[in-house]
Amino acid sequence: MDTSSFKLEWRNLSLWRGDRCLQTGLSGAVEKGEAVTLRGPNGCGKTTLLRTLCGLSQAEEGEILWQEQPTRKIRTTFHAHLAYSGHVNGLKSDLTTRENLHFAASMHGRHTNQNDLLHGLGLMACADLPVRNLSAGQRRRASLALVLGSGTELWVLDEPYTNLDTAGCEWLARRLNDHLAMGGLLLLAAHQGSGIRPERETLIELAGVGQ
Amino acid sequence: MIRAFRLVFVRELTVAFRRWSDLVLPLVFFVIVCTLFPLAVGQNAKILQEVGPGAIWVAALLATLLSLNSLFREDFEDGSLEQLALTTEPLSLLLLAKTLAHWVVTELPLVVIAPVLALGFGMPASGVTGLVLTLLVGTPALSLIGAVGAALTAGLRGASGLLALLLLPLTVPVLIFGARAAALAGEGHSIAGPLYLLGGITMLALTLTPFATAAAVRVSLD
Repeated sequence: MDTSSFKLEWRNLSLWRGDRCLQTGLSGAVEKGEAVTLRGPNGCGKTTLLRTLCGLSQAEEGEILWQEQPTRKIRTTFHAHLAYSGHVNGLKSDLTTRENLHFAASMHGRHTNQNDLLHGLGLMACADLPVRNLSAGQRRRASLALVLGSGTELWVLDEPYTNLDTAGCEWLARRLNDHLAMGGLLLLAAHQGSGIRPERETLIELAGVGQ
Repeated sequence: MIRAFRLVFVRELTVAFRRWSDLVLPLVFFVIVCTLFPLAVGQNAKILQEVGPGAIWVAALLATLLSLNSLFREDFEDGSLEQLALTTEPLSLLLLAKTLAHWVVTELPLVVIAPVLALGFGMPASGVTGLVLTLLVGTPALSLIGAVGAALTAGLRGASGLLALLLLPLTVPVLIFGARAAALAGEGHSIAGPLYLLGGITMLALTLTPFATAAAVRVSLD
């Protein structure tokens, strides 16, 4: 496959939550080595946009294209290149961090070295504890590990810096920049700074919903 | 595909056994209902024998409804359901693995313990065999049909009542054939006919419901 053509594009999207219209006429694109950061006040539809782009929610209007093809038609191909981390962490609280990571890696048919990842995330000490016993920050790290260890090109992160300590934020920003440097694509919603090098980053400001 | 199915199945079993207190609730409910029934109905052996299969089947159905509530609820809340929906594997297959695991941990124990409870009703040996057979063939259909309802209500708060309302009409055929066949077996008749019909319902559920469950999960996630 031609890796240079990786591109996610969305045209004229309308987002609705129930019977409330959040945004209309959203267009944009993210390409190889680029990051798109969504900004905007609470409730303006950042999460909805990310979920819609992933294919978890349906757009009321508009189209989403991955490599020039509608994602709705090539869902399996699209998902093979996608990793998503949302507000909820996607971890089973009764399983250990290691078991959760192992499950995710096996589902994607990969057997990466988990120890490197756990070490980098500072989760080595609690790798064999059930996720329910971890702190909120540690859970966030474990949840990010699912994405960072996924080996996919497109990472979609919803508020990835929530609950992380200073060292964790720096480490994550470094990893995100590395990912972009290796030709990855990044879509994120972030209130504070995203930590992405400005030359690689496109900001999209979403307006607040009319009162 | 088979590998993904096995992965989900094994993960579900692991999670279930780590929190076995949730696991035993439907079983305890089933045992309590089936032991209280003979006590309340009284000493009349003939009446007990007649109501036995029906009572046990109703208890099994209600115990299933009790357990179905939590089938997708937690996965919905902790985000594992959306992660499953974003894999490259068919969602219907992964959810079928979950449903199968649900059957193994909640329904299979009911089938195993049913003969013991049947003794309380004074059911004859042929009746007990019939009861176990019908439960074994019929309960997978309950889990499969229940999964559709559980998927539809996964995102709703306090939907237990709604789930029961949704599922009761769909599970009634299974109950009728199951209980009736078990009763026939107790009277010494051949139950091949109703058993085949019950098997037919289960096969139909096995082929159709996974797709409905997957579609319902996607709606719930939206």
